[in-house]
Amino acid sequence: MTEIWDGLVKAFQLIFTFDPTVTSIAARSLWISASACLIATAICVPLGAVIHFNNFKGKKFLISTVQTLWSMPTVAMGLLVFLVFSRSGPLGIFGLLFSPSVMIIGQVLLISPLILGLVISALNGIDKLIPETAVSLGASRMQKAILTIREARYAITAALIMGFGRAISEVGLSIMVGGNIARYTRTIPTAIALETQKGNIELSIALGIILILIAFVINISLHMLQRKKA
Amino acid sequence: MALLRIENLGQSYDGSDILTDVNLSLEHGEVFALIGPTGSGKTTLLKLLDLLETPSSGSIYFDDVDVTKVESNRLAARRRMALVQQKPVVFSMNVYDNVAVGLKWRGIDKASIKQKVEHALELVDMTDYAHRDAKTLSGGETQRVALARALALEPNLLLLDEPTANLDPNSVSKIEEIIEHVISEHKISIFMTTHNMLQGQRLADRVGVLIDGRMQQVGTPEQIFSAPTSKAVAEFVGIDNILAGTIDKKDGDLVDVKVTSGLVSAISHYELGQNVYALIRPEDITLSLAGEHGSARNAFSGKIFKITTLGSLVHIEVDCGFPLFVVLTARSALDMGLAVGTQVFVSFKATAIKVIKRWA
Repeated sequence: MTEIWDGLVKAFQLIFTFDPTVTSIAARSLWISASACLIATAICVPLGAVIHFNNFKGKKFLISTVQTLWSMPTVAMGLLVFLVFSRSGPLGIFGLLFSPSVMIIGQVLLISPLILGLVISALNGIDKLIPETAVSLGASRMQKAILTIREARYAITAALIMGFGRAISEVGLSIMVGGNIARYTRTIPTAIALETQKGNIELSIALGIILILIAFVINISLHMLQRKKA
Repeated sequence: MALLRIENLGQSYDGSDILTDVNLSLEHGEVFALIGPTGSGKTTLLKLLDLLETPSSGSIYFDDVDVTKVESNRLAARRRMALVQQKPVVFSMNVYDNVAVGLKWRGIDKASIKQKVEHALELVDMTDYAHRDAKTLSGGETQRVALARALALEPNLLLLDEPTANLDPNSVSKIEEIIEHVISEHKISIFMTTHNMLQGQRLADRVGVLIDGRMQQVGTPEQIFSAPTSKAVAEFVGIDNILAGTIDKKDGDLVDVKVTSGLVSAISHYELGQNVYALIRPEDITLSLAGEHGSARNAFSGKIFKITTLGSLVHIEVDCGFPLFVVLTARSALDMGLAVGTQVFVSFKATAIKVIKRWA
């Protein structure tokens, strides 16, 4: 009990004194996951619209597959990315293994099915009369898609929150392809895993609190944004 | 040259035919009302005309250009028309942006958009609502925004799907007023669907009756309402007395039609022995307690067997050997002391009867 209490006290000291180790790990986590989320959004929103607005053979199967990938274990994705980017792997030539870049790529692959699936659901949730009205008012296919995405913006924002949440909290993939290298690929979850094993409990608690705070702040600010726009 | 022409248009979903062999043309500046019961295919036809769906068969020509399938032709034609849906949806933006959106998609400059949107909002009396969130409007206001959104595009063809269905009486008269204004001032072609026959009669140059996916009759409102050419149209336009019979006697154009148990005199060119329907509007029948029938050729005595009050009017069903519906004002019925079982006399002129061919 004392150990936990001491850990908590020291953790808050680390946070409020802006300890360089804590802040650098937190900043790295944020930018890696934010980059992954941005890239996944840039891919998934247009791709989701293409899938939603076109009827093709195997569409239902594709959507089911995408939804199945939501629960892809992070270590399994880590293993896949590791094999692809390892020296003997097909993309080993780029020498990206154990770098933030490959962590971003891995996280993009990990969260894309989730964002894509939720974007398709968000577009499905829009009244069918919206795109039909757009077409009847003379919208081209692209204009119709943009309007429908705009109408679904709150549900799509929720999809991005979910994606970011999964990216910033995952540990398996980051350890496997990032290598948990200090001051380079160490992120909050990998640092917690390592520092706890080392018995450095106060640093783990501090990082844990920051991780929860990040999730909390992002959710609250996005919800406020939604309420303002609604 | 017609603005819009459709030839043998058909549409089917999952093997069941919704529209069959519809032919029609719409002239520049013409107002056409499509009437028909719910489920007759009116909205499907409207969506085909607005090029939102592609037909299973037949062709659509807009300004003589085939717009049945070629997407580039369809987009160009679609941008010259505008549809107001039965239950219009507004986008999650303010009223001004909702009305402006179609103009933006056409790449029109900001100054022109402003001028057109303001004019359209003025037409529908919604200028004060320009900055309101469109999602917060009432049903009637939403309908007016949808109308403004369509009018701002200055279309050659305005398509209206049941423009006043589901609205309160005040909103109905407001919308009709706007449509009447557009008809008189803007000289655009209008194709509207309605199940309100009187609205069709009031607003349109020509009326088409669509029943079970087939265009049963096209004509002026007068032709449709006083001279339906089929039993289905007669029933739909509210001719309650449809008597099946046969031409029994003929003297020039004056004929006697033998109905169940009686002879009805009418004017018709059909030959002896022809199976026909005699159509009589209830309001053309005179009902009295004494047997005076003036110049009317047809006079029958009978007994009232049903009375239904509908607001200020009373529908009376009289058994004269065959059933006849008569309409009276509630006041007259009261003054005459009419009740079920009352012995009455009914009379109507030979010219009040429309005789149409019966195929059975």
